[in-house]
Amino acid sequence: MKSRERILKRLHERRGAALPMPELDFSVLTEGRNWSNAEKLDRFQETIESVHGEVHRAPADQWLDTLVAILKARNARNLLTPRRHSLGKTIRESGRSDLPTLLSYDQPIEAWQPALFNDVDAAITSTRGAIAETGSLILWPGPDEPRLMSLAPPIHIALLEADCIFATFPEALTAQGWGSAMPTNALLVSGPSKTADIEQTLAYGVHGPKELIVIVVGASAA
Amino acid sequence: MTQVSEADHSPVKSFHPRAREALKNDQLRGNFRNAMDGLMGKRTKAFAGWDLEALRQLGAGVRQRSLARLPDLLLQLESRLTDNGIQVHWAEDGDEACRIIRDICVERDAKRVIKGKSMVSEEMELNHYLEEHGIEALESDLGEYIVQMAGETPSHIIMPAIHKNTEEISELLHNKTGTERSHDVNYLTASARQQLREKFMQADVGISGVNFAVAETGTLCLVENEGNGRMTTTVPPCHIAVTGIEKVVATLDEMAPLLALLTRSATGQHLTTYFNMISRPRQPDELDGPEAVHLVLVDNGRSGIYQDDELIDTLRCIRCGACMNHCPVYTRVGGHAYGTTYPGPIGSILMPHLLGLDETRHLPTASSLCGACGEVCPVKIPIPDLLVRLRRESVDGDKLHASGVQGHGSKRSRGEALIWHGWQWLHERPGLYRFAMAMATRLRVLQPSRAGAWSRSRTTPKLASKTLHQRVGERARTTEATSRPVSGGEL
Ligand code: SF4
Repeated sequence: MKSRERILKRLHERRGAALPMPELDFSVLTEGRNWSNAEKLDRFQETIESVHGEVHRAPADQWLDTLVAILKARNARNLLTPRRHSLGKTIRESGRSDLPTLLSYDQPIEAWQPALFNDVDAAITSTRGAIAETGSLILWPGPDEPRLMSLAPPIHIALLEADCIFATFPEALTAQGWGSAMPTNALLVSGPSKTADIEQTLAYGVHGPKELIVIVVGASAA
Repeated sequence: MTQVSEADHSPVKSFHPRAREALKNDQLRGNFRNAMDGLMGKRTKAFAGWDLEALRQLGAGVRQRSLARLPDLLLQLESRLTDNGIQVHWAEDGDEACRIIRDICVERDAKRVIKGKSMVSEEMELNHYLEEHGIEALESDLGEYIVQMAGETPSHIIMPAIHKNTEEISELLHNKTGTERSHDVNYLTASARQQLREKFMQADVGISGVNFAVAETGTLCLVENEGNGRMTTTVPPCHIAVTGIEKVVATLDEMAPLLALLTRSATGQHLTTYFNMISRPRQPDELDGPEAVHLVLVDNGRSGIYQDDELIDTLRCIRCGACMNHCPVYTRVGGHAYGTTYPGPIGSILMPHLLGLDETRHLPTASSLCGACGEVCPVKIPIPDLLVRLRRESVDGDKLHASGVQGHGSKRSRGEALIWHGWQWLHERPGLYRFAMAMATRLRVLQPSRAGAWSRSRTTPKLASKTLHQRVGERARTTEATSRPVSGGEL
């Protein structure tokens, strides 16, 4: 008998009493969180800022200005930009001369790993929404926005639609039907990469981005 | 620590000498005190506004339901993962899990492995095994990286290098990697980032742990702050995840409350920086991610614990570390004193099953039974009850239920058993008992001033001049004399 069968046999033939299957009451996860859109945005911002995330609110037709200002302030030489997503198209087709060099993730990682790891200053990705309670962005990387885009460059800029913020994670799971459509990789991102492993002192950018900057689109500036 | 384990064949057995050493180390005690105070405070804050009891009840319920359906959920998980293109392996014990991982490496001709944090791999001593077989295994979590470089083991399951201060880490990095000596944590962190990025690029295989495995969708969930877990599971061409068989949950919905409990209990975070959910290897149209993903399901004693109606609660654990953070013993002696993969209260209830009670006989008694661990445990494991149960097992002290844990009875001493028998015999004979007690109080001047292990760190209790029976009797007489009504409370 192989290990698999032996382990399963022991589990199936468990001695002792029948194990309890308690009824579950999930209400504690969602109760009292009927926040309005404005409240959700405020809470999201407050929570992600408390862990060193940066949030900018921009009207729908002005986020490009916000992006340019962010990149300028950091002297970014280049920006890794999605090719197919509308946000990428908007940036590429804007014809603005004040944007840094636009890069594309258009080849397998193996072909340009050192460049991605060492030479990209910033990347911008879309999000599938956010979670107010925990201050988290929902990212589903894919062919247009590969997994390392939000991880390897020192600055990660994420575009978030203001009306796409859920109160809680369970709410997002249900509303977006995750259970029947999990992608290769799904992520919740709540702030820049950090560690407290050296004597409890916080340091950012230990492996991933040092900075996480969220542009909330369609929100009037606070 | 390394010196101790090299000099001593059974590191767990020498808990007491190591604990005594640790207690003398002011620096270590300071480190742990500060860190644990900070973590306790953060946890309390993170749960502010929550109905914590209801949430813990839900967390416990989810884990109980997972265990009740464990074999079926594992089969469902296996079939979903397989459909998704993730290969599933089963290992009876740590050795077999190590072999499985080595075989995958050999087949891929992999020489360099980069690791994310995984307590199960510590349990298996995987790094050691791989090195022995000519495969370099490098830890990438900053704390683990430091600990590995120092040739030590983690002293806390969430914060492995908590026993070290900046000075020591600076010196270590300087000696081993040539970075400048510095107290600037940002500089030290940035240097490690640079070193490890190189290693990520060179790695042939990434090995990670798993926090939850979701059966419904075939999803491996990882919780982390640094991003090294994402690197490990994305950059190398092959990802091997290792987990204990108990980590499975039925659905994403059932996973959610565990996630809410885990990060708040562990570090007081609403959520860690990254919650990474992996369901497939790289697809043809995707540009990064590993082409092969494996999951190794490790039993290593867990199906044994599963058999016992009481001890099975141990398997609810989600490895948050809150029980350590709140343990007065752990905070004072630190993680290394235990000499086990998992230290603190969870280690004391889990390690006896992995190593046997003979090896770990001191762990169930390394507790004041203050109850803090049981109160904070997010999945309501009755840790103090389990500690008492294991104490009974270690002396075969339960006449009604036969002991079943491997190595049970190893602490039983004839002398002690005889004393308890005598005590029982005496109690069954009231006249004799009263006489013996009266004699004892009268002869109390003969009582030795020391009482063995008991008085090593406590004052020796003194026999009273009168027995309880005598005092109650006297009191009853005086109250009668003054004809005051006797109220129960006064006695
Ligand atoms: S026993 Fe409970 S408190 Fe301790 S690590 Fe496990 S889940 Fe956390």
